[in-house]
Amino acid sequence: MYCLLKLAPLFLAVAVCNGWLFGDFVGKQKEQDEISLWPLPQKFQSSAVAFKLSPASFQIVHAKQSSAGPSCGLLENAFRRYFEYIFGDLKKPEKSRKKVYDSDLVELQVWVTSADPKCDDFPSLQTDESYELSIDEPSAVLKAANVWGALRGLETFSQLVYEDYYGVNNINKTDISDFPRFAHRGILLDSSRHFLPLKVILANLEAMAMNKFNVFHWHIVDDQSFPYMSRTFPELSQKGAYHPFTHVYTPSDVKMVIEFARMRGIRVIPEFDTPGHTESWGNGIKDLLTPCYSGSSPSGTFGPVNPILNSSYDFMTQFFKEISTVFPDAYIHLGGDEVDFRCWESNPDIEKFMAQQGFGTDYSKLESFYIQRLLDIVAATKKGYMVWQEVFDNGVKLKDDTVVEVWMGNKMEEELQNVTRAGFTTILSAPWYLDYISYGQDWQHYYKVEPLSFPGTDAQKKLVIGGEACLWGEYVDATNLTPRLWPRASAVAERLWSDKSVTDVGNAYNRLVQHRCRMVKRGIPAEPLFVGHCRQEYKGL
Amino acid sequence: CRCFLTLYFKIIMIVLCNYICSFSMAHTGTHSQPVRSCLLLVVVSVCVQQVHGVWPLPQQLHQSADRGCLSPQRFSFTYGRDSAAQTGCSVLDAAFKRYFSIIFPDFTKGSGLLMLSVKTGGCDGYPDEDSDESYNLSVSEGQAVLRSVTVWGALRGLESFSQLVYQDDYGSYFINKTEIVDFPRFAFRGLLLDTSRHYLPLHAILKTLDAMAYSKFNVFHWHIVDDPSFPYQSRTFPDLSNKGAFHPFTHIYTQSDVMRVIEHARMRGIRVVPEFDSPGHTQSWGKGQPGLLTPCYKGGVPSGSFGPVDPTIDTTYKFMESLLKEVKFVFPDSYVHLGGDEVSFACWQSNPNVRKFMEKMGFGKDFTKLESFYMERTSIVWQDVFDYHERIPQDTVLEIWKGEKYQAELSRMTQAGHRVLLSAPWYINHISYGQDWRNSYAVQPQNFSGTEEQKKLVIGGEVAMWGEYVDATNLTPRLWPRACAAAERLWSNEEKTLNADLAFPRLEEFRCELLRRGIQAEPLFVGHCKHEYDGL
Repeated sequence: MYCLLKLAPLFLAVAVCNGWLFGDFVGKQKEQDEISLWPLPQKFQSSAVAFKLSPASFQIVHAKQSSAGPSCGLLENAFRRYFEYIFGDLKKPEKSRKKVYDSDLVELQVWVTSADPKCDDFPSLQTDESYELSIDEPSAVLKAANVWGALRGLETFSQLVYEDYYGVNNINKTDISDFPRFAHRGILLDSSRHFLPLKVILANLEAMAMNKFNVFHWHIVDDQSFPYMSRTFPELSQKGAYHPFTHVYTPSDVKMVIEFARMRGIRVIPEFDTPGHTESWGNGIKDLLTPCYSGSSPSGTFGPVNPILNSSYDFMTQFFKEISTVFPDAYIHLGGDEVDFRCWESNPDIEKFMAQQGFGTDYSKLESFYIQRLLDIVAATKKGYMVWQEVFDNGVKLKDDTVVEVWMGNKMEEELQNVTRAGFTTILSAPWYLDYISYGQDWQHYYKVEPLSFPGTDAQKKLVIGGEACLWGEYVDATNLTPRLWPRASAVAERLWSDKSVTDVGNAYNRLVQHRCRMVKRGIPAEPLFVGHCRQEYKGL
Repeated sequence: CRCFLTLYFKIIMIVLCNYICSFSMAHTGTHSQPVRSCLLLVVVSVCVQQVHGVWPLPQQLHQSADRGCLSPQRFSFTYGRDSAAQTGCSVLDAAFKRYFSIIFPDFTKGSGLLMLSVKTGGCDGYPDEDSDESYNLSVSEGQAVLRSVTVWGALRGLESFSQLVYQDDYGSYFINKTEIVDFPRFAFRGLLLDTSRHYLPLHAILKTLDAMAYSKFNVFHWHIVDDPSFPYQSRTFPDLSNKGAFHPFTHIYTQSDVMRVIEHARMRGIRVVPEFDSPGHTQSWGKGQPGLLTPCYKGGVPSGSFGPVDPTIDTTYKFMESLLKEVKFVFPDSYVHLGGDEVSFACWQSNPNVRKFMEKMGFGKDFTKLESFYMERTSIVWQDVFDYHERIPQDTVLEIWKGEKYQAELSRMTQAGHRVLLSAPWYINHISYGQDWRNSYAVQPQNFSGTEEQKKLVIGGEVAMWGEYVDATNLTPRLWPRACAAAERLWSNEEKTLNADLAFPRLEEFRCELLRRGIQAEPLFVGHCKHEYDGL
């Protein structure tokens, strides 16, 4: 088998080898160390028979039966993108080799099976991302219900192509049937603690697609800065951004991020965290934040959103009306974490209000009071919402389709148990705070997490719809974000996509080493896992 | 505020010379009214926010709020009439050009100064351990002077000067009245890069040298080969890289690559000290040099794997002699780092020939004796190959790298009269969450029990970026600004720089300056820079 494999390009005309390897992909890895799928597909069969791909003759085309055609811009773009990934940015296809040989794979037919290919839609939580891929001569067929599955299949196809020693692209006879284990596979980036230039966000969306992530959780504003340029309240970024022109996301920037993500089957879920984490909001909106008191007079500093003023809710109503139209996703993340009560406690008006409402000195009741009204405001925009776990912990009444994000590392399993027992869907990010760095191969820790290891019924486990790798921005900006995120986040990607049984770290290492080289080749500065080299090293810098 | 004024900047070496700086108040003539009102604004902004630090902190720095305009159109560097270096001095001509565009990134003028003429002493040499890097910089009303003994000192002064210039909100360039007397605390301020565990493309090395100059580092310790790969293309033994590099063409340093690194470093006053580590850490050598490594045995037969260099055969020493001869020829610095660390004895122990040799030499079972035997013979080779002038063997510098109790080690080694270099607390390839630069900053290299004489034997230190987890994708942000902490510890007066909280705003500003100069330096904490990094 080994021998045939290496010589396959030379002998293919005669060598008819039907030695199918069922699920023994990994055993073969060392011999044929050019192929490395990441994340590993659910079902995979491969043989040693290899076909050649020539940049002059190979094409990615719509299958005749496909409901999608040349008018499907999303797929047309994807075809070009993956052609370039496979052949490099070959400006001129080689002219010399027009002849098509028997051993060539001439095309990949992409067959979208459902009546509506969803070319112009946005991906959603319900999106079917499954696909089937069959590689055989003379054409390979990628079958998916809609464009989103087709995108995932195209990525897998591109990962199956490997270069032999003569620089010729090869692909082995392969059958794949694949689907994600979890529907929500996210990356959180924080553009408030440090501003992230547009091109950094776009590059990371590309890297996300290479790893089959499908949610960009955009923690867009926070205490430190408010880079989102609002049409309704332009003073928010004028006064709250690090710089009103160079450190903002204009409406067209936001549109570009959303469209760039859509083209890659990635949802964009913005987070506008309140009532805490809002220092920067106060710069632009007078009286939005609670004035803190020192003794009996205002100290000049401000705390969380002031929950006792109607003007706060009027503002939120208008603001979220805008957000609900700007961001097409069905969900908005409303934050609700880490509310510091000290400022509220210091303020005599709040004290009075607490007494009126009969809250006593329990400020979590005041927080719930605020969140409850906010949720009603957002629900009126017909959006669903995601919240950090504190909102659930504090007993706020939540809509049935609320997604609760579990982020606290201690008692994580208990929290998952509680949230799902109460019937809420949940996503897990606690074990995947990638901003915490340490020396060595910490990706292995992320890889070893089993999201469903908590005690609970099957019904409860079904409520865990996925997870997120979070890269908070205290120590991260454009200079170090990408190498810090990749390939560490790739470990999370495989955990969330592949079957539960895919847990062998050694074997994951071999594939991930190659996957990171593939990302580097595609222009993503993904850092090394350990000593070694890539055939094409990073050329940026 | 319009700037009608010109600042001339002159370099003086050894002999004093004049330079005229036209300050706002001095030569405004009929424009004095508008300029004066401008000056008022200036003073306010100086007091409120304009603190223009220099990193690493000069030994003596006095700044006033008075500031003068610099006009990019008229600004020029010139040599003082009595300066030993004049136009044609390669190091300084290049430095003028470099610093002009660092100070005024939007202007391309200034190349008019690059007339080549007579060579002067020192300009075409290499910095060495005795190089005098001191300089005096005086930017004052009507007069400003940069004085230095050597071109290397002039480079350091130019760097400080460039850090003193700033722009106001309207983009005008200013410099405050300043007096600096400066010299390094330690002569050896090094940075180690490891090009064996991962190959670092040439441009990554050159970029690192740029950033080193900005922090006044002066030694590039090039850990060029090791177990995983041998990227140095030897002219004597081409098979070493043909077979020992990750790839014989794309992952090597050719002779001209090495020349470029050395020259790029020289232009910045940086020495290049290569390390050819043996007898351990030599797996990659064995591929291109059969017979060099000790064959390991398993159950009486060779196992097929290899251990350290074979110290029992003469061919080993002949090979080392030829290789080191070449290294001396290629690398001009008087130091070569010979490694000698982490030798595993298991393989030697397994080999019957080695055991026989041990018996013959009467080493018993003490393999450290065998290692010493090897090191002695190589360093004899070493002394044969290199001209040591009048230096005595005690000149060998010991580098302390073992983490725990480095103070005790310092004490012990200096007591024995050895000169030492400290790198133990500065292994910055070890990363952790948060502001770990503070740990590097807190290091006190001379804080060990010993006499004043002993403390003088600490000649400096070195930041090490080992390559297990580092390549071109993440090297630069991992190095900078974390390495800057050690840079200041090694250059500046410790008593003035013990407080990390005081250093923080200066380092933050310096990090933004690095970004402005195109160095991908990572953030220290939340915040922003005027010029963010615009790469990926």
